[in-house]
Amino acid sequence: MVNGTVVDLSRVQFAATALYHFLFVPLTLGLSFLLAAMETVYVTTGKPIYREMAQFWGKLFMINFALGVATGLTMEFEFGTNWSFYSGFVGDIFGAPLAIEGLMAFFLESTFVGLMMFGWGRLSRGQHLAVTWLVALGSNLSALWILVGNSFMQDPRGAVFNPTMMRMQLRSFPDLLFSPDAQSKFVHTSIAGYVTAAVFVAGVSAFYMLRRRHLELAKRSFRMAALFGVMATIGVITLGDALGFVAARVQPTKLAAMEAVWKTEQAPMPFNLIAFPDQKERVNHAAVQIPDLLSLLVTHSLTGTVPGIDALEKRAERKIRNGIPAVEALETLSQDPGDAAARAQFDAHAKDVGYGFLAQRYAANLAQASPQEIRRAADDTIPAVAAIFWAFRSMVGLGLLMLAYFVMAVLFTLRNVVQDRPRFLQAAVWMIPIPFLANECGWLVAELGRQPWTVFGILPTWMSVSDHSVGYMVFSLAGFLLLYTAFIIVEMVLMIRAIRSGPEPAHGGPVVHVAGAQEPHLGG
Amino acid sequence: MELFAGLQVTWWLLLGVLLIGLGVMVGMDMGVGTILRYVGHSDVERRVALNAIGPHWEGNQVWFILGGGALFAAFPLIYATAFSGFYVVMMLLLWTMIVRPLGFEYRSKIASPRWRNVWDWSLFVSGAVPMVIFGAAVGNLFRGVPYSFAWDLASVYTGSFLGLLNPFAVVTGLLALALSMMMGAVMLLNKTEGMLYQRAHKMAGWASLAAIVIFAAEGVWVGRIDGYRLVKAPAPGILQTPLMQMVTRAAGAWRDNFSAHPSLYLVPALGFLGMAGVYLATRAHRNLLGWWCGALAWAGVIGTAGAALFPFLLPSSSDPSMSLTVWNASSSRLTLLWMLGFTVVFVPLILWYTSWAFWVMRGKVRAEEIAHDEHAY
Repeated sequence: MVNGTVVDLSRVQFAATALYHFLFVPLTLGLSFLLAAMETVYVTTGKPIYREMAQFWGKLFMINFALGVATGLTMEFEFGTNWSFYSGFVGDIFGAPLAIEGLMAFFLESTFVGLMMFGWGRLSRGQHLAVTWLVALGSNLSALWILVGNSFMQDPRGAVFNPTMMRMQLRSFPDLLFSPDAQSKFVHTSIAGYVTAAVFVAGVSAFYMLRRRHLELAKRSFRMAALFGVMATIGVITLGDALGFVAARVQPTKLAAMEAVWKTEQAPMPFNLIAFPDQKERVNHAAVQIPDLLSLLVTHSLTGTVPGIDALEKRAERKIRNGIPAVEALETLSQDPGDAAARAQFDAHAKDVGYGFLAQRYAANLAQASPQEIRRAADDTIPAVAAIFWAFRSMVGLGLLMLAYFVMAVLFTLRNVVQDRPRFLQAAVWMIPIPFLANECGWLVAELGRQPWTVFGILPTWMSVSDHSVGYMVFSLAGFLLLYTAFIIVEMVLMIRAIRSGPEPAHGGPVVHVAGAQEPHLGG
Repeated sequence: MELFAGLQVTWWLLLGVLLIGLGVMVGMDMGVGTILRYVGHSDVERRVALNAIGPHWEGNQVWFILGGGALFAAFPLIYATAFSGFYVVMMLLLWTMIVRPLGFEYRSKIASPRWRNVWDWSLFVSGAVPMVIFGAAVGNLFRGVPYSFAWDLASVYTGSFLGLLNPFAVVTGLLALALSMMMGAVMLLNKTEGMLYQRAHKMAGWASLAAIVIFAAEGVWVGRIDGYRLVKAPAPGILQTPLMQMVTRAAGAWRDNFSAHPSLYLVPALGFLGMAGVYLATRAHRNLLGWWCGALAWAGVIGTAGAALFPFLLPSSSDPSMSLTVWNASSSRLTLLWMLGFTVVFVPLILWYTSWAFWVMRGKVRAEEIAHDEHAY
C-alpha cells in the first residue's frame, strides 16, 4: 500500500524543483527574443550601441541560462526517479513530447547559445544574428513541447487505455499536439516569459538611469522593453482568458476552485472579488462580490453557469461507483489476459477507470467499498480551494499591475521623459520580482488545480509515485534544498555584480579569434 | 506485427546511437573536467582548457538530456524502473551534473583564486562522478537489478544502494571514466599548445592503455558471471508485458549471442581497435584521427554491451522472469513510428549544425585571446 507521507514528500519535491526551475525559464524565453530584437536593430542600422546592448544583456542572459539548464536536468529525470508508475503508465504518450523537445529544441538552443557567446569575432554580422534568432527559436520551441506534455496531464487527448498493457497508449499524435489547452497554454506561458524579460530589462535600465550611468544604453533598452512589455502583457491577459475558457470545459473542479464556487447558482452568477474559502464548511467568509461578472468572464455570456463544487463532488461519486468494476476487471485481466467476461466488464466501465483507481486508496477490497470510503474518494476530487483561489487572484492582480506599469512606461519613454521621473524609475526597479511571482502563481493554479490527478480524470497522483521509503525522500529533498539554496545565492550575487559593473567600457571590443601558429603565453 | 518488431529493434539501435553520442560528446567534456586540475597548473592554463570545450559543452550535454527523453518515449518501463530503482545513485548523478553548468558559467566571473579553486574541484567531481555512475549503471545491467512488478505493473525495488556498487559494476564505471579522460585529453590535444598539450598528451596515452586493460579484463570476467536467457515469451512484435515470459540465469549466458553469431566479435574488436588507435595516433600527434578513434572506441564498447545483453534491457535479479526486454518494455507501434519520423528529420540536422559549430570555432584556443574576450569562461 502506498505511504501517504511518501506521496506528500514526492509532491513537495516535484513542486519545489519545478517552481525553482520556473524562476529561470521565463526570463530565458523572453530575453532571448529581446536579444534577437536588439541585434536585429544593430544589423539593420549598424549603430554600435545596439551591439553593446545585445552583448551586455547577453551576459546577464547567460548567468540566468546556466541555472535554467542545470535545474532542467532535474526535471527531465524526476518523472522516472519519483513518478515511476506515472512514467510507465503514460510514457507512451508523455515521453514523446519530451524526446521531441530534446531533438527539436534543446539541441538548437544549446548548440547555438555557445556560438552566440563565443562567435562574436568569428561570424559575420548576418550569421551571428541568425544564430541569436535560432537560440530564441530553440528556447521557445522547448516551451511548446513541454507544454504539449503538460496539457496531456490537464486534458488527456489523443490517447486510449490499453487493458492488456495496463497503460495509456497513443491514438492520435495530432490530437495530442493540437489540444486547445496546449495551444493556449503555450502562448500564455511563453508570452508571460516575454513580460518577465521586459520587466527585468526595464527595471535594470531604470536602475542605470537613476544612477545616471550608461544612459544611452539604458534609455534605448528601456524603450524596447516597454514596447515589448505592453504588447506582451495584453497578450498574456487575452490568452489567460482563453485558458479559463478551456478549463471550464475540461477541468470544472479547477475552475470552481479558482473562483471558490461551492454551489451552482442561477445565471448570471456573481464573481468573488475577495473571499476566504473554508473547505471544511464549504462556504466563503467575508466575500466581496460583483454581480453577474462570473458568468460573463467564464462563459462569455449572461446565461452561462459555473458548476459548483457540491455538484461536482456528487458527479465524482457516481463516476467512482461506475469505475470500480473496471478496476476489478483489470485485476482479473492481469492474471488472465484472455478472460472475455472481465474484458467485457472493463469495456462497459472503461471511461471511469481513473475514478475506480481513486477509490483504491481507501477501499482495501474494492468489491466491498463502503459508502464512506467512496465519499472520501469523492472528497479527494476537490483540490485545495483557498490556495488556488488566492494564487489565481494574485496572478491576475499582478498581471493588471504590470499592464498599468507598462502603459505608463510607454507613455514616458515615447515622450522621452522617463529619465526625469525618479519615482517611476524607482518603482520600475521594485517591479523586477513581480513577474516572477506571477509566473509561480500561474504554475500553482495550473498544477494545484489539476489535483488529485497527475493525468486528469485518469491517473490519481497517489498512484503515480515511486515506491520509495520516507528516508529516501527526506534525503533527496534535503539534498535539493541545500544545493538549490546555494545556487540561488551564487546566482543572485553574480547577477547583481554584473549589473553593478554594467556594460564593458568600449576597450577595443571583442578580439578576433584566428587559428594561427603563434606561440601561446601560458603559465602567466 | 513485423513492423512493430522492426521498430522495436530500430529504437534499440537508436538508443545505442544516443548512448554512443553521450559517451563521445558528454564524456569528452566530463573528461576535460576530470583532468582539468592535472593538465592545467595555472589559472590561465585551466581557462584555456575550459574554453576549448566552452562553445560546445551545452550542445553536447543535450545528448544526455535526449538520452533521458528518448528512453522515456521509446522504452517507458525502463525509464520508470531503472531511474526509480537507482534512486540514490540517480540523485548523486543529478546533483553532480547540475553543478557542471554553473562550474563552466560562473567560474571565471570572479577573479578570486579561492572562488575559482572551488569551481575547479566542482568540475572535477561533476566530470568524474557521473561517468563512473553511467558505467556502473551499465555494469549493473549485466548483474541484474533487484526489482519486481505488482499486478498493475507498479515496480517495486527490493535492493539497497550498496548492492549497486558490486565489483563488476564499479570496474565498468572505471572503464567509462578512463574512456572519458582519454577523450577529454584528445580534445585538448586538438585545441591547445604548450605545457597543456604535453600533459594532455601523457594523459591520452595512459587513459587509452587503461581502457584497453579494463575492457579486456571485463571480457574475460563476463564469461564467469550469471547471464540471463529468455526461455519462453510471446513472439517479438506482439504487445506484451513483463508478466508474460520465462527467464533463467546461467553462467556465461551473456556470451550466447556471440556464440550464435561469431561475427559479433567484430564489435568488441572495433572497440579495441579504437582504443589502440587513440594511443598510436596521439603518439604520432595525429590528434584529429585520434579523436575519431576515440569515438570508435565508445561505439565498440557500447555496441559490445548491447550485443551481449540483447534482447534484455534491464534484467531482474529478484525475479528473472520479470526482466525487461526490447519486446516488453517498448512504447506502442504508433509512438515508435512518430518518434522515428522526428528522429529521421532532426538527427541529420543536429549533426549538420553541430559540425558547423565545431568548424566555426576550429583552431587552437590561445591564452591572450581569452584575456580580452569578456564572454570567455
